[in-house]
Amino acid sequence: MSDKAKGALRRVSEPAQASPALAFFDRSAELKAYRDMLLIRRFEERAGQMYGMGLIGGFCHLYIGQEAVVTGLTAAMRPGDQVITAYRDHGHMLATGMDPKGVMAELTGRAAGYSRGKGGSMHMFSVEKAFYGGHGIVGAQVPLGTGIAFANRYRKDGKVCITYFGEGAANQGQVYESFNMAGLWKLPVVYVVENNRYAMGTSAERATAQSDFSRRGASFDIPGEQVDGMDIHAVYDAGKRALDWARSGKGPYILEMLTYRYRGHSMSDPAKYRTREEVDKIRQGRDAIEHVRLRLIENGWASEDDLKAIDAEVRAMVSAAADFAQGAPLPDPSELWTDVLA
Amino acid sequence: MSIDILMPALSPTMEEGRLAKWLKHEGDLVTAGDVIAEIETDKATMEVEAADDGRIEAILVPEGTGGVKVNAVIARLSGGTARAADPLRVVAPSPSPLEGEVREGGKPHAPRPESQHGSPVASAPPSLSLPLKGGEDDPTAAAVGATAENARPSGEFVTQTVREALRDAMAEEMRRDPDVFIIGEEVGEYQGAYKVTQGLLDEFGPNRVYDTPITEHGFAGLGVGAALAGLRPIVEFMTWNFAMQAMDQIVNSAAKTRYMSGGQVGVPMVFRGPNGAAARVAAQHSQDFASWFAHVPGLKVVQPYTAADFKGLLKAAIRDPNPVVFLENEILYGTTGEVPKGDDILVPIGKARIAREGTDVTLVSFGIGMRYAEQAAEELAKENIAAEIVDLRSLRPLDIETVIASVKKTGRGVTIEEGWPVASIGAEISARVMEEAFDWLDAPVLRIAGKDVPMPYAANLEKLALPSVAEIVAAVKAVTYR
Repeated sequence: MSDKAKGALRRVSEPAQASPALAFFDRSAELKAYRDMLLIRRFEERAGQMYGMGLIGGFCHLYIGQEAVVTGLTAAMRPGDQVITAYRDHGHMLATGMDPKGVMAELTGRAAGYSRGKGGSMHMFSVEKAFYGGHGIVGAQVPLGTGIAFANRYRKDGKVCITYFGEGAANQGQVYESFNMAGLWKLPVVYVVENNRYAMGTSAERATAQSDFSRRGASFDIPGEQVDGMDIHAVYDAGKRALDWARSGKGPYILEMLTYRYRGHSMSDPAKYRTREEVDKIRQGRDAIEHVRLRLIENGWASEDDLKAIDAEVRAMVSAAADFAQGAPLPDPSELWTDVLA
Repeated sequence: MSIDILMPALSPTMEEGRLAKWLKHEGDLVTAGDVIAEIETDKATMEVEAADDGRIEAILVPEGTGGVKVNAVIARLSGGTARAADPLRVVAPSPSPLEGEVREGGKPHAPRPESQHGSPVASAPPSLSLPLKGGEDDPTAAAVGATAENARPSGEFVTQTVREALRDAMAEEMRRDPDVFIIGEEVGEYQGAYKVTQGLLDEFGPNRVYDTPITEHGFAGLGVGAALAGLRPIVEFMTWNFAMQAMDQIVNSAAKTRYMSGGQVGVPMVFRGPNGAAARVAAQHSQDFASWFAHVPGLKVVQPYTAADFKGLLKAAIRDPNPVVFLENEILYGTTGEVPKGDDILVPIGKARIAREGTDVTLVSFGIGMRYAEQAAEELAKENIAAEIVDLRSLRPLDIETVIASVKKTGRGVTIEEGWPVASIGAEISARVMEEAFDWLDAPVLRIAGKDVPMPYAANLEKLALPSVAEIVAAVKAVTYR
């Protein structure tokens, strides 16, 4: 993690408020953050294992290391706010409250999966949880999220769409087409650049002329911030600010989340583009879950035993999801032909 | 000797225009080349130059007059010489090879006599001359849309252009459902690049009619996102050529999301705009994408021909819960037809119509290809060959049953389209007929299509690149062994 990431906030244009103090999480909020992030990590670890066993096929992009981003932003959302992202999406689904059993069963391609086994890791949706996917083409979800925000403005329903994409996608042209329209029409959208430093195997420095992604909205007068995406308090705080901005009718807002993925791009990553030491350094010094754990202990809000109990609960939930996903039936062959058209 | 100065046609689809300003006045002397007036077309304001020397004897249409029909006499020049037939030179796009058929207040004209190449289109006029006059009383000039006797609902009809039919379809559906909105380039204040959205901004306001930046990939994706959230967008592409920028959003996002979500999330929207060759706009602006989109499961694809079908199918497309690719044609915008009145008269997607009954051969076409088919059928009738014409109307789902039933009756098939021949709609029809009616065929199915080249600019080459009536007639004679 670069130095600038350590809680430092920097803005391109007018900040939403002058000098934000980092958010205060009370005991229950801190415990919830711990549990929610842990669920994502344990779920992803299990998905990785199941992939290795051949139970999950195709592409499988794990979110391990980035948990604070989606967990903190989800905590800042209001009910009804929508989420859309690309294909590193399991964490987003769990954060919105989608059932781990349904997500895992989709990963194993079973009828009980969220997409009845037809979508897989990259394509899941839940209208009930306002989760709009799950998209496999880098950058394509950005106009889509902008369109969902357009619908919010059209209906004047006060909702905001959080549109996630990676720093790699930030080089796609359609992202700027979206920024332009969102700025022009003051659409209630928060663009979240999850900068995990590598687009597949290409570091941001090797792919972009200017690697401060929070400034990518400058041409459209869209304010942006760089946020320490490994610190859930910073994420939550920035998320509140951005959501308030968008909800108040001022238009889009960009949050660059400085984060890191511990695992490969997908399951077949040669890991030749970064050193083991780089990964270990961040895991040991910057891990988002470990930070929350230490804070809970330091504040006397939880004992080691309390945290072990949460760990056990999360592991049980993930095991139940894995068992369910392995035992659930495959889709009926007739499903091949359904859901093409309404 | 006086010379009539006529209202010029400055674009292939222009039927009437506004005489914005006279730059010369009665009594003024003019020299050939002088700019004498400005007229506004459906695309731009253009200058009109005198083609002759003389004195303006009378101005018959005062400036500011709207709705001046093409070829109406707008002024009279005295002292002209022998160029009465070509009184004006206009600074304008070259006329369409088909324009003789689509002018005069939208009344469709019979084609002019065929050229030596036997093309259905008139031989291209010299690029700076005005279209020839005449033909409106030709009894063979059946109004577009009036041929579908078997598909005609009872009740009242109104004669209108395809352009008006499309606008009415959108306006009626926007009145009916507040979730329907239109978005695209120049759809609002400009009133539509081809005036298809004329009046919608005035009636529905800027929260229903959105002018976009020039950003096809972006606004197509934005439209899909709005549909994911439950709205019913109509995304207008100024032409489908520009939709290539948006192909990923149409195919990967719009067409596949229902399937990928296990039926949870639909994309109820329409992508529409002019498709196929216009006139003299060369390769990047003249392409028929029918077979591209017909290839994609998850889309519905329609390409109507008659004004009634344009309206009824667009209304059906807007109400459809699936993404519908609605392919129009610039050259057909000005053609007229009988359109049934009534807000709830829809034409079902996925149903072909028998446009003409016959016993000797089945011609299968769609969109502007129907024009060639109808003209060929007239030619063939003179030689006692009775062609049946199937107007597919929808390309996905394809009403193959109607085609098969017709081929079983006639034993022969010829397909007609303007698009390229490789992996074309005709190729699909031919394969399906072979699979499902092989034993009824008395000859191989032949395909008439655009030539396998990018569209050339030169008038003669452009005409050669498109299908022709002569090619259809020859194909029919081949399959009927005449």
